[in-house]
Amino acid sequence: MAQAQSAVATESLPYNDVIPGAVVGRDGEALIVNREKLLELARYLRDHEGYDYLSSVTGVDNLTHPKRQGVERFEVVYHLYSTKRGGGPLVLKARAPEDDPEIPSVVSIWPGADFQEREIWDLFGVRFPGHPNLRRILLWEGFNGHPMRKDWKEAYYEEEHKPYSSRWPYGHYPREEYKYPWQEERAVYKDNLVFPKGFDPDRWQAPEVEYRLGQDIYRELEKLKTDRIIVNIGPQHPSTHGVFRMVVALEGETILGLEPEVGYLHRNHEKIGERNTYLMNIPYTDRLDYINSMSNNLGYVLAVEKLMGKVEVPERAKYLRIIMAELTRVLNHMFAIGFLLNDLGAFFTPALYALEERELILDLFEAASGSRMMCNYMRPGGVAYDVSEEWVAQAKKLVFERLPRAVDELDYYLTENEILLARTKGVGYLSPEDAIAYSTSGPVLRGSGVPYDIRKVEPYCIYDRFDFDIVTEDGGDVYARYMVRIREARESLKILRQALKDLPGGPVIGKKKYTFRIPPGEAYQRIEAPKGELGFYLVSDGTANPYRYHVRSPSFINLTALGPMCVGHKVADSVGILGSIDIVLGEVDR
Amino acid sequence: MADEYLEVPPELSRNVFLTTLDTVYNWSRRSSLWPMMFGLACCAIEMIAVAASRYDLARFGMEVMRPSPRQADVMIVSGTVTKKMVPQIVRLYNQMPQPRYVVAMGACATGGGPFKEGYNVVSGVDKFIPVDVYIPGCPPTPEALLYGMMRLQEKIKRQSVKTVPWYRKERDDIPVPVLGPDILDLRRKEEIKKISAQLADSEKYLERLETKTTQKA
Repeated sequence: MAQAQSAVATESLPYNDVIPGAVVGRDGEALIVNREKLLELARYLRDHEGYDYLSSVTGVDNLTHPKRQGVERFEVVYHLYSTKRGGGPLVLKARAPEDDPEIPSVVSIWPGADFQEREIWDLFGVRFPGHPNLRRILLWEGFNGHPMRKDWKEAYYEEEHKPYSSRWPYGHYPREEYKYPWQEERAVYKDNLVFPKGFDPDRWQAPEVEYRLGQDIYRELEKLKTDRIIVNIGPQHPSTHGVFRMVVALEGETILGLEPEVGYLHRNHEKIGERNTYLMNIPYTDRLDYINSMSNNLGYVLAVEKLMGKVEVPERAKYLRIIMAELTRVLNHMFAIGFLLNDLGAFFTPALYALEERELILDLFEAASGSRMMCNYMRPGGVAYDVSEEWVAQAKKLVFERLPRAVDELDYYLTENEILLARTKGVGYLSPEDAIAYSTSGPVLRGSGVPYDIRKVEPYCIYDRFDFDIVTEDGGDVYARYMVRIREARESLKILRQALKDLPGGPVIGKKKYTFRIPPGEAYQRIEAPKGELGFYLVSDGTANPYRYHVRSPSFINLTALGPMCVGHKVADSVGILGSIDIVLGEVDR
Repeated sequence: MADEYLEVPPELSRNVFLTTLDTVYNWSRRSSLWPMMFGLACCAIEMIAVAASRYDLARFGMEVMRPSPRQADVMIVSGTVTKKMVPQIVRLYNQMPQPRYVVAMGACATGGGPFKEGYNVVSGVDKFIPVDVYIPGCPPTPEALLYGMMRLQEKIKRQSVKTVPWYRKERDDIPVPVLGPDILDLRRKEEIKKISAQLADSEKYLERLETKTTQKA
């Protein structure tokens, strides 16, 4: 229906002069693309318009959206950027009807779409013909249904939107029959379980899983015939930074193919987020990348502010946001370096040095927000609490004296260390072209020599007021990523020194603290989180809850490049390469 | 006291101490609890912080974190237990030698926590494996984890070698759950089969969902 209406205006839409009939309409800023012509248009945009960086691909189920009745049910949204020009996104939308949920895969044009398309298949059930490995990624093969569809209900389902009408605060229900039973008592299986009707456990057979592990190479080494073997690393392994699994095909000790297997910490962030109100989601974002809760908060509240339109943030809050986000970056980079060394075999001693500084930064967070790790500090329109004079004095002491020395200390002990050089130089090489194509971001992208930092190319908050540099290293290997982190920590300290010096007085949040109205619309806000580009995609239908809530997590998408980076190296290096990407499983699996 | 039962030569009376077997047995066990090095989610970061210099788990003889379940005494379930992960957790628990203890660290491991309603989240690890100590918090502070470990030590202190379960013949291993259409606890197989069959008849499950939504309106 939407296509018929816009057919008249097709001439005036962009790119139709090059590829006739490719763009069929507009939806806000987004261009609606005819799915038949999607690949052609994508190739043109990459090769001739310079949109080489596919930031985010996500799905939307339009089933219950009041403004989108009559539109095809499934929608896949692409956010494209250019690493050369910088600037804002080009948003494409391809739609597919319910009975034929198929959209051509863009993996052949932007390989970074690989995991994201698999995620959409897993959670929405949209197929991507042309995808080389379309398996479920977060859940397991054989799971019952596609949970992010609006008509899929979980076992503990109560209502569409929180706050639930059945909940009485503090148990003060007026009549006995209003008392609500526990979720376990209400659920059909007395537990968090949904089985299809007539399911018989005895006849269940798990589907076969095929991994994409490269070619079989049989080689005769003089008299020694080697065979390909498959090794599982994880999900319980001391070097996988949590519950992460790598399926590795080896010949001898050389890696022929590696496939990451994630989803062991899939906590249904997005499904829960769509039931929550906007404010309720802030503490959940803490638990995404649980090392840097402050910058997750920041990304989310910026996305909500973008959706709200014009929001006045007090000057002091703007500075406090920057201070918190940059403290987080220092913390994360030191943590990452400590644990990279852990992975390379220097067990726990470098990590102890990093953790010592972490505790001091966490003391500041605790004093400001009340919690060490899960700060829940930012709010749309400001920050939750003000900081005291003593806090500022303490932060200044840390930033001006202690932390620069700590970074120098790591640098002094590690950078020229012979073992570190031997283990990291030339290992896990990623060329700049590949780094862009795989949609990597953060230190991985800049470690490959691409000067792309969202704080500079698309400034948010007040980063344009500070003097700092984009850090790049040309090596493209583990060592380059390590160096980027060391140098970026110093740049962050530079920003912190300026911000703490200029910190103005005044309020930290406007009058509208808890209640705010979100107009219908959609917004994609990305920030330069310590691990890379953290994006929040929100679709609002005008109610108190987000209609669609998607997190573009840097760790998850950086993992796309793990397989290609590891091929040809020894199995022991795969752990170091993984450490150099610096993943956090809460963010990978969400 | 002692010389009522045993002849202790006078030159040894200051060097030899008599005590019960339980005390020695429990003292040695609780003073070197080796946790399994096994992090699930956010709480694992606080567990690392406990092992680091400021909180220093080594004061309690627990600094030896073993990545292998075969060498571990206590499993700290540090984070959200998801359905995809629970077969591995049960398998690890089965691989731990007796005596073995489980500490549920944080709200998620205790009862699902903030993610309880999620379709891939197990509402508490105690649905599958027995838990000795629960530590509240999201995440628990390092002090809370230390306190929890001290409570576990107290628990061990009260055990008696006469009654402990691990010298009995029967094993208490738990069947590893299967990833079916949903997580399938093999101990509840018959029950699930029965409920699913009933669903086919009356479609109660869908009915329940519909009444819920209409009630609100």
